[in-house]
Amino acid sequence: MDGDIAGMTSPLPFASIFGVLIVALTIAAGLIWVERRLLALWQDRYGPNRVGPFGLLQVMADMIKIFFKEDWIPPFADKWVFILAPAIIVVTVLMSFAVLPYAPGIVVNDLNVGLLFVLGMSSLGVYSVVLAGWSSDNKYSLLGALRAAAQMLSYEVFLGLSIMGVVLLAGSFNLTEIVHAQRGLWFIAPQFIGFVLFLIAGVAETRRLPFDLPEAESELVAGFHSEYSGMKFGLFFVGEYLGVTLISALITILFLGGWLGPVLPPIVWFLIKTFFFIGFFILLRAALPRPRFDQLMNWGWKIMLPLSVANLLVTGAVVVASTPGA
Amino acid sequence: MFSILRTIWDVFLHTFRRRVTVQYPEEKPYLAPRYRGRIILARDPDGGERCVACYLCAAVCPVDCIALQATEDSSGRRYPEFFRINFSRCIFCGFCEDACPTYAIQLTPDFEMGEYLRPNLVYEKEDLLISGVGKYPGYNFWRVSGVQIGGKDKGESEREAPPADIHSLLP
Repeated sequence: MDGDIAGMTSPLPFASIFGVLIVALTIAAGLIWVERRLLALWQDRYGPNRVGPFGLLQVMADMIKIFFKEDWIPPFADKWVFILAPAIIVVTVLMSFAVLPYAPGIVVNDLNVGLLFVLGMSSLGVYSVVLAGWSSDNKYSLLGALRAAAQMLSYEVFLGLSIMGVVLLAGSFNLTEIVHAQRGLWFIAPQFIGFVLFLIAGVAETRRLPFDLPEAESELVAGFHSEYSGMKFGLFFVGEYLGVTLISALITILFLGGWLGPVLPPIVWFLIKTFFFIGFFILLRAALPRPRFDQLMNWGWKIMLPLSVANLLVTGAVVVASTPGA
Repeated sequence: MFSILRTIWDVFLHTFRRRVTVQYPEEKPYLAPRYRGRIILARDPDGGERCVACYLCAAVCPVDCIALQATEDSSGRRYPEFFRINFSRCIFCGFCEDACPTYAIQLTPDFEMGEYLRPNLVYEKEDLLISGVGKYPGYNFWRVSGVQIGGKDKGESEREAPPADIHSLLP
């Protein structure tokens, strides 16, 4: 170990920071359009296709609209926490993007504990939701926040455990090294159970459908962001889409060999794989109904957690057995 | 568990289905001949107004969007002095068409009536009158009814016998 932080790996640190920031935010905004178009496709509709080519400028129109909305803070809300909460989710998710290797050399900070950093940041994201629900001083928001806290805590557990198999196989927490360890075989093959577990946990972690119980509109109005309007609501939205992008990118890095692939340039491979999973996330939303909250908890603690522990155990045994002199 | 996977797959297969959306301004939807759209006032085959200003349409209208004033011309034909439909109120129920005894008021398969100013949705008689007979060609109320008007005496209508001479004792 040469210190905690391996240092900037990019020759132009600020270029890569702004590059990643701009690309990530653009993708998150663009996902609003992608999601609406894909949902429409799977519901035999067109979706937004009027504003600009293929309706691409719909996002711009939505942005202009949301900027002009009244930014209302309820008089009964805890003002400063209320204002701070939406920022937390965007900041924590964006922090995670800093350690992701997109292609050889395209990484803001190639942290040697990158994976732990990502897990930690996604755990911090819970604060955003809980504080938003708490400061709103509204029963629906609070219920949403409670649900979010319980859901994130219980799914966080095996979100971490499910990727420990990958860490064992790669022998590193460094995401770049994890990608390099997949030169021979993508980890989706030896770690298929881990992949499925991580996918499910990832959906729950980003509070996407079908695990969107914290904001279940049929029960809780809009859950933790019931009281939010204008760009604060927009930030929750951007945070959610950033989360989807992050989980998709993480799946790509951990299980699908990141940028590895023939012929095409590495960054293209990375984007193809990432967008495949973003599409899959949206497909899940189009296809699946929301479970009941107790079902969600049962599923998490009674099925997913034992499975991930078993997966870790078997992977560990295989790694130990195949290491000479262990 | 397998039903979940099957659902995901089934929804994915919708990628290859035809979309049901009709892209409206470019692609017009099919409207049946009896579609209840913009209301018109039809004319007789000989060009006269069919409306006899009986007020039945105004009476039956559930939203009271029809207003008219009856008057008579020199020949004794009743006709509306003004006839006004407020299309911002109209619900296109078609009751007026049902109520009309002379096939004058008719609904057409046209719904593109958007206006920027609400007062522009109030149609006067000259906006409503069309030059044709609408859905009922050949029908002429004044020819078939027994009402006496200038140029047509009693008993001179189509399929009408001359009136009985009540002063005559002949059979």
